[in-house]
Amino acid sequence: MSAVQEQPASPPTPHPRGAVAVAVQQVSRVFGGRGGDVVALQDVDLTVAAGEFVSLIGPSGCGKSTLLRLVADLDEPTAGTVRVFGRSAREARLARDYGIAFQQAGLLPWRTVRANVELPLALAGTGRAGRRERADELLALVGLADVADRHPDQLSGGMQQRVAIARALAESPSLLLMDEPFGALDEMTREHLQAQLLRICAETRAAVVFVTHSIPEAVFLSDRVVVMSARPGRVRQVVPVTLDRSGATTPGSEPHDDAGDDLRNDAAFFTSVAAVRDALHGGGAAGRGVDVR
Amino acid sequence: MSTTAAPPAPAPLLRAHVPAPRRVTPARLARVRPLVAALSVLAVAALWETYKWLGPEQGWSLGGTRLLPRTTDLAMPHTWHMVARLFEPVSGATGADVLWLAVLRAGASSFGVALVGWTIGVLVGALLAVAMQRVTLVERAVLPLVVLSQTVPLIALAPLVRSWGARLEVGALEWQPWMSVAVIASYLAFFPVAVGMLRGLQAPDTIHVELMRAYGAGWGATLVRLRLPAAVPHLLPALRLAAANAVVGTVVAEVATGLPGGLGRMILEFANFAASDPPKPWAPIFGAVLLGLVAAGLVALLGRALRRFRRVEVAP
Amino acid sequence: MSRAARTDPRRAAGGAAGGLVRQVLPPVVLLVALVGTWHAVVVLGDVPPFVLPGPAAIARKLTTYLDPITSAALVTGRNAAVGLVVGAALGVLLAVVAAVVRLVDVLAEPVVAALAVVPVVALAPVLYAMYGAASEQARVIVAALAVFVPVYVTTLRGLRQVRPVHRDLMRALAATPVQAARTTTIPTAVPFVFTGLRMASSLAVISAIVAEYFGGPRSGIGSFITTAAAGSDYAQAWAYVLGGIVVGLVFYAVTATAEHLATRRAGA
Repeated sequence: MSAVQEQPASPPTPHPRGAVAVAVQQVSRVFGGRGGDVVALQDVDLTVAAGEFVSLIGPSGCGKSTLLRLVADLDEPTAGTVRVFGRSAREARLARDYGIAFQQAGLLPWRTVRANVELPLALAGTGRAGRRERADELLALVGLADVADRHPDQLSGGMQQRVAIARALAESPSLLLMDEPFGALDEMTREHLQAQLLRICAETRAAVVFVTHSIPEAVFLSDRVVVMSARPGRVRQVVPVTLDRSGATTPGSEPHDDAGDDLRNDAAFFTSVAAVRDALHGGGAAGRGVDVR
Repeated sequence: MSTTAAPPAPAPLLRAHVPAPRRVTPARLARVRPLVAALSVLAVAALWETYKWLGPEQGWSLGGTRLLPRTTDLAMPHTWHMVARLFEPVSGATGADVLWLAVLRAGASSFGVALVGWTIGVLVGALLAVAMQRVTLVERAVLPLVVLSQTVPLIALAPLVRSWGARLEVGALEWQPWMSVAVIASYLAFFPVAVGMLRGLQAPDTIHVELMRAYGAGWGATLVRLRLPAAVPHLLPALRLAAANAVVGTVVAEVATGLPGGLGRMILEFANFAASDPPKPWAPIFGAVLLGLVAAGLVALLGRALRRFRRVEVAP
Repeated sequence: MSRAARTDPRRAAGGAAGGLVRQVLPPVVLLVALVGTWHAVVVLGDVPPFVLPGPAAIARKLTTYLDPITSAALVTGRNAAVGLVVGAALGVLLAVVAAVVRLVDVLAEPVVAALAVVPVVALAPVLYAMYGAASEQARVIVAALAVFVPVYVTTLRGLRQVRPVHRDLMRALAATPVQAARTTTIPTAVPFVFTGLRMASSLAVISAIVAEYFGGPRSGIGSFITTAAAGSDYAQAWAYVLGGIVVGLVFYAVTATAEHLATRRAGA
């Protein structure tokens, strides 16, 4: 069930890690609770190709965060398999194949910004000089080079999330897992960070699994939008999104630049948003009428 | 590419089923707790006996200071001797009570005094807390002094309180010696209540306070309907601490004032028997332990009654 | 996630000089007023010194007995300090073990809960028997036991306060248990340890003083207070009490400063 990706202009270059980043097969996750069992996920299939940006979107309780945690090996499926770059999720985690960003930035408040970005490298055993260099590089990438010596409590929410993203990129992973990282931010900061994320992904060519609540965000960022439904959590529909993102991936560092504005005003953008919205609201309810797609 | 919604799926769909964890119901907890407590007591006794068995007879000293105690039967009686002694009479005098009964009597006497002290301390502490919440200036002025008051060792107060009490006569009510002890106990008990309750009264979220204001509720109504209920999670650990402090205060004040009939006096008296009757001094200690546990248990009962306000327990 | 939401208005006010005055002035004024009233009552009411010694008399005794008071304060301070260190070390150690080995936690819980509500000073007489009547050890142990409880409880709580997002982060970064402990568990727990130390500091001093009432050598503040009170020289007794208060305040100040330094960066 993999999607064939079409690159806009250049011929497809083979990705160094192989074609498939994430392969989720028939995965179910059931939580045993006080009032009975909660079926968070049921028979979910998902494939993410290398370099592909996939969003998971759906109402509360549809299991999108659970699915992300299963890929990250922060949880174990009750049934089914999860394979990341051909290995089991656990092996992939221990080999540090992915970088992860949570909804709360999760920065360690007693470390400086730079030390926070260095954390994955420190845990992996990289030497001090190498860590510092890489951290400075990443902070420059997210535009926070000047606050490297500050502490997280001195930064705004958006800045903290950017640090978290820089941290996720520390070991140049080929897979990024992001759980509503922009959820707690205001709309303007969100749009700016979305543009930055696009730019970063274009540069690093990482595959991304991105959980979000926001339809425009999903469409703006993704190659495919996986629409999920709740109770039980399952994949309802996968909506491919084909947009010309070349304009939005040029670097721009001012806070509210219009790098993404053209894309957001594009007619194709609105069509895709409508398609995803339909998928979210539609569904196989019997007797609904003709216009289900 | 899309999956249609499946019909209501029966359980066999899942290959591996994560079993639900064994529920920790209050009933189960109530059954296990006494067992665990008994096990802990046995563990402590085992530790005692093990050291007694393995440790050096003269203890272990580093330089001039003895770090580990002597293991002789004189210095460290066996635990079973301590227990057995409880069932023997207190002294050689005729008609003397059995030791455990004497300890219980003394414990009851101390308990009564501690209860009075606790009550007074709680009332005073609560009043102070309300006053400090109402007027910020009072809080700024009084709170540091309240904290300071706790650095004054009780013992200094004992003779003072006793001599004042002797001069105090309210109508037909004469000052009893035990009242001095109660006052000193209340001195120790009021501090945690004042601090804890103040924190509790200040705990409600700003949005709740503003909600009350929007309804036109005055300070009194806000106090009763919002601040007091919100204060309960902070108040209960404070009440527990106050109970423990009241017990300590009672025991120490009994020593300081020489009040007869209480545990403090008994501890002091029996200490003289350390050489001749080694298990004897341990009996009032057990009594003091029991007293502390009973006091804490009563506060816990109170907490149960106020369970409705205790959705979240807050650390003291 | 800024600290603004958690800022104690009292701390914020402490910055500017005007704020400092507002902080310090009211309690000082109240204290002076109380002492003044006390003095007035003693002088005007012609209260005999064995009923209530006046502040003036106490001040006189303080200057007369300054040397013995200081040496007694040092003895008590030393006992309390050793007790604080020993009790805190044991408390932290046992809390770490309890956090790792669940059985220890389960068994220790009733013992610690009992220790918290039981008058530790009641052990003083038997401790004198175990260690000898001329030793300071009994006082140190009483202080250590009194310190152990709050430090153990707060440390254990601190060790369990790792935020779920940090736990997930450690797992996602494939950190070994040791690495996870070093990077998240310990830094999260440190402020709690210092809070426990602050709570325990004055307890250590008071316990050391009170333990002296139950016997032992006549060396510390408590024993001198008892002696003076027994001789009805209450002004002298209160002079020693002042010495004890100073010791308690010093301990509190030191641990409170340490706590402040440790919690600076603990934040949300």
